Amino acid sequence: MHGGSDIFDVCIVGAGVSGANIARRLSAYDLKVVLVDKEADVSFGVSKANSGIVHGGFHHNKKYLKARLELQGAMMFERLRQELDFPFKRCGIVVAAMHEDEMRAIEQLYMQGVDNGVIGIEMCSRDRIMELEPKLNPDTVGGLWVPGGGIVEPYRFVFSLVENAISNGVVLQTTFAVSAGLRDGDAWRVEAADGRSLQARYVVNAAGLYADQVSAIFGAEQFAIQPRKGEYYLLDRLTKARPDRVVFPVPTSVSKGMLVIPTVEGTVLIGPTAESATDKRDLATTRAQLDKILSSARAMIPAISEYDVITSFAGLRPILDEDFYIAMSAKVPNLVQVAGIQSPGLTASPAIGEYVKDLLKKAGLKLSEKPEYDPFVVKRPHVKELSPYEVDELVAQDPAWANMVCRCEKVSEAEIVAAVRAGHTTLDGVKYFTRAQMGRCQGGFCTYKIIKIIMRETGLSWDQVSKNGDRSRILKDTL
Amino acid sequence: MSEELICITCPLGCHLTIERRPDNTLGVSGNRCARGVRYACEELLSPKRMVTATVRICRPFQAEAAACGETGLGSVARLPVRTSQAYPKEGVAGLLADIYRLEVTVPVKRGTVLLADYKGSGIDIIAARSLQV
Amino acid sequence: MKEMYFDAVVIGGGAAGMAAAQELDQAGFSCAIIEREEQLGGILTQCIHNGFGLIEFKEELTGPEFAERVEERLQGTTIRIFTATTVMEMETTADPKLLYCYSAQWGILRLSCRLVVLAMGCRERNRGNIRIPGDRPAGVYTAGLAQRLVNIEGYVPGKDIVIIGSGDIGLIMARRMSWVGCKVHAVVEILPYPSGLTRNIVQCLNDFDIPLYLSHLTTNIIGRDRVEGVEITPIENGALMHEKAFTIPCDTVLLSVGLVPENELSKVAGVELNPMTNGPQVDSMLMTNVPGVFACGNVLHVHDLVDYVVEESRRAGASAAQWLKGRRPQHEARLKVGANVRYVAPGRVDLQADNKIYLRSLIVKNDALLEVKVNSRVVKSQKKSHIQPSEMIELHLSPKDLEAAIGAPDPLVEIAIN
Repeated sequence: MHGGSDIFDVCIVGAGVSGANIARRLSAYDLKVVLVDKEADVSFGVSKANSGIVHGGFHHNKKYLKARLELQGAMMFERLRQELDFPFKRCGIVVAAMHEDEMRAIEQLYMQGVDNGVIGIEMCSRDRIMELEPKLNPDTVGGLWVPGGGIVEPYRFVFSLVENAISNGVVLQTTFAVSAGLRDGDAWRVEAADGRSLQARYVVNAAGLYADQVSAIFGAEQFAIQPRKGEYYLLDRLTKARPDRVVFPVPTSVSKGMLVIPTVEGTVLIGPTAESATDKRDLATTRAQLDKILSSARAMIPAISEYDVITSFAGLRPILDEDFYIAMSAKVPNLVQVAGIQSPGLTASPAIGEYVKDLLKKAGLKLSEKPEYDPFVVKRPHVKELSPYEVDELVAQDPAWANMVCRCEKVSEAEIVAAVRAGHTTLDGVKYFTRAQMGRCQGGFCTYKIIKIIMRETGLSWDQVSKNGDRSRILKDTL
Repeated sequence: MSEELICITCPLGCHLTIERRPDNTLGVSGNRCARGVRYACEELLSPKRMVTATVRICRPFQAEAAACGETGLGSVARLPVRTSQAYPKEGVAGLLADIYRLEVTVPVKRGTVLLADYKGSGIDIIAARSLQV
Repeated sequence: MKEMYFDAVVIGGGAAGMAAAQELDQAGFSCAIIEREEQLGGILTQCIHNGFGLIEFKEELTGPEFAERVEERLQGTTIRIFTATTVMEMETTADPKLLYCYSAQWGILRLSCRLVVLAMGCRERNRGNIRIPGDRPAGVYTAGLAQRLVNIEGYVPGKDIVIIGSGDIGLIMARRMSWVGCKVHAVVEILPYPSGLTRNIVQCLNDFDIPLYLSHLTTNIIGRDRVEGVEITPIENGALMHEKAFTIPCDTVLLSVGLVPENELSKVAGVELNPMTNGPQVDSMLMTNVPGVFACGNVLHVHDLVDYVVEESRRAGASAAQWLKGRRPQHEARLKVGANVRYVAPGRVDLQADNKIYLRSLIVKNDALLEVKVNSRVVKSQKKSHIQPSEMIELHLSPKDLEAAIGAPDPLVEIAIN
C-alpha cells in the first residue's frame, strides 16, 4: 500500500455501471482508488433505469468499439455472477418478425451476428419461434433466436461491483458533485460543490449524462451529451403475459425498438421508447408515449394487459455519437474519457473496465496485482428465494429474518437492515437493493416501516429521510 | 334570500332550499321526509361536528426500550381520541388546538376521559383506543 | 421449526378474520388467527374518524373503537393469535392443509389444519395502476399510507395537498389533513359524480371550502425531487380538453383511487377469482373452488361498511364450522349478473337455505327495482328508493323465493336492476 501519501492514484467520476466496473477492476491492483458520485447512492443515474439486457451481439457491426466491447462483455457475466451474486440469467433473445417483409431485416441481423461470432444464433420459422416463445402473437411469421442473450438487474449489478470494490480498498464518496478539476503538480485536484476535495494522479470521466460537463470542468475535450429518453412500464409478476425470453421487435435505424423483458426478479418490463430530450433531469413519463408502449408490446405479446401495470418510469441514455467514446484525453494529461455509453453499455461494461485499465496502463499507471484481492462478495440470502427450512436456520441467528416487511416482494426486516448498514440510506436505495416497495403495492404498506428502520439504523431524524437524496425529503412535519 | 344544503341524513341526498323567515324560523323545501327539515334547522342554526384527532403518547420506559433495540416497527406514537358527542362547529378549531396540547401517559383504556366537560359544553374528549406500555 | 395443528386457520386479523374465528371457536373447533401486523384490527386502527358500527353495535364508533370491540369478543375463547406473523406458503390441496408462517417472535411455524379462511383484506390502487404520467418525485402517497403516517406515526407527509380520487378515504383524508394544519387545494375526480358518500362531501370538503373537480383527469405530476404541482385536464363529452388544462401547485399528492382485494396468496393456492370483484369465486357457503378454503370480508369483495364485513365474516365462519361437521350444500343455483348489476357475492345460492347476497349497482338511480329471476321468470322484486355504485345492496333469498329452481337442471338465478 501507499503508506503516508494522501494522493489517490485514480479518481473515477461517476458510480454508474461503467465507473463501478472500472473501480472494481482497478481494485485488483495495488492502487489507491476513489470513486465519486454526485448522487446520494451509486447507480442513481443512467444505470438505474434501463432495460437490464445482456445483449446478443447481433445488433451492431463489429467495426464499432461498442460492438466489440458488447461481445466481450457479454461473455464475462457468468463469472461475474459467481463472484458478485447479482441477479442474471441467460434466458435468450428472440426477435419477432410480424410481417414477411421483416424477415429480410432478420436475415441481415443473422448475417451480422454470424460475422460477429455470436454463438448459437439461428433463423427461425414461425413454428420454431412459437416453440421458443409460446406467448408470441400467433401472427408472428418467424424471427431470430439468440440463446446467449440474457437479463440482469442493473442496479444490483452496480451495487455488487461497488461493494466488492470497497472491500478491496476503493474509497466511495457519494453526494460528491465535481465542481472543479485543476492540475496540482503532477496530479489533479478534484473539488466538490460542498467544499470537499481530493487529489488523484489519474482521472476517469465516467459521468454518464454529465460526461460533457465533467470534461469541460477538467479543461478537456468539448463535446455535448444528448439525453434520449426511454419510458417503461413494469407489470406484476402474476401477469399471464410473462414470456420466457427477451422479445425484440425488428429494429429500426435509430433504436432497437420496444421490448418485452421477463426480468430476473419475476416481473415484466415493457419499453423503452426513444425520444430526444433536452433536459438531463427530465425523467417524466408521458401519456402518449406510455400508450405507444402498450400497443407496441401487445402487437408482439397480445396477453399484455394494462391491468397488470404496477408502475411506469423513464430513463435517459447518454447519446454522444454512433459509438462509445473511450480514450485518453488528447487535450489534458492523465484523464480517460468514458463517454456516450448508451446501449449496449450495460452489456459492454465489464469489458469497459478491462479496456480502461489497459488505457491507464499504457498511460503509465503502474499495475501490480494485489495478493489479498478477493473477487467475491459475501452472498446475501434473500428470504424470497429460501425454503422455510432455510429461513428457520437464519432465524436462529437473527429473528429479523422472519419479520416480513415487504409482503409483495417478500423482503424481511433483516434484508432491509443489511441494505441500510451497507450505506443505502434512502427509500430508493433500499428499494433497489432489496426490492422492498418495488412490488404491486409500490410501498403503500411498507414505506412507514422502512422509514422507521432507516431512522433506527442511521440515527437520521424524521426530517432527514429522503426518497433519493436531500432534495426529496419524505416528511414535512410532525404532530 | 334562500340557502341551499344537501341533506346527509340518508343516502338519498335531497337538495334542500331553505328560506329564513322574518320571525327567525326556517322554511325548508326539497326534502322528501321530515328528517330533512330537522337536518336543515340544525345545520343552519347550530351546526355541530364529531371531532376525532390524536394526542401525543408519553411512554415512561420508552428510552430504555429503545436502548435495548426493542423499537418495534408496529409502535404507536399517537393515541386516537374523539368527542363524546358532536361539538359546535365554530369551536372546532379551538378544540383541536387544545387536543393537540394534550399528552397521555400509557397505559390508557378506551373510553378514558382525557378532558371533561370541555369549556362547559358537557362534551368530553375520550380515548378511542386502549394502549399498553 | 414449530409445528402445530388447528382445525381452522384464519389468515388476517382484521374485523373479518376476528369475526370468522369467533364463530369457528363457538362451534367448538380449534382455531388460529395469523396477522401480519403487530396488532389485531387491520386497517381500522388507522381509521380514527367516526362512522363505524351503526349496524353492528347500534352506536357510532371510530375505527379503533370498532376494532377493539370486535377484539374483545375474542376474550375467553381459545383462539390462538399470532401477530407480526406472515403466511408465506400454503399447500391447500393436501390433507391436512399446510401453512408456513414467518414471525420474528415464533420463528418459522408450520401449521397444519383442515380448513383455511382467507380474510386478508384489500390494498389501495396506486399511481402505476391508474397510470398517471409525469415526474417521479417524493410526495406521492396513497391516502392510506398518509393516514398511517399521520394517525399512528404522528408525521405529516406534506403541507399543500391535492387529493386524486373522491373515494371516502380520500375525502376523510382531506378533512384529516385540514385538521392537522395542512392546506388541501383540491380533490380531483375523473367521473362526473363523486365516488364517496354525500355526507363526506359535505363534512370533509364543504366545511373546509375544498374545491371538488369532477370530470377532471390528472394528466401530469410535476417536480423533479419533491412534488411541485399537478396538471389537471377537464373532460368534456368523454374527451380531454387539453387547452383547458391547468396546474395546481402543491407539495404532496394523495391517491384515493380504489381498493383491490389482496388475493396473491389465494392465486398461488389455486383459488379462482371473479374478474369483476378481484375476489374469489365462492359458493353459497362462501367456500372457494378449493375445498376447505373459505373467503370473507374485503378479500372477497370490497365492502363499503365494516359492519357488513363483520356480518359476512360471521356467516363465513359459521358455514366453515358446518363444513367441518360435514355439511355440504345439496342443491345450489348459480347466480347470474343481470342488467345494471356490477357484481353479486357469493356466486351461488343454496336452494334449501336462507341466503344473504351483497351486490353493487352500475348506475345511480332513484326509485329503482331490484328483480330476481329464476330461469328467466321473475320470482322476487324489491323497490329501492335510491341506489348508487358506491353503496352495497343487500338481498335476502329464502327457499320459498327460490322454489321454482328446485328440480331444474343447472338452475340459474339472475339479479337485475331496472
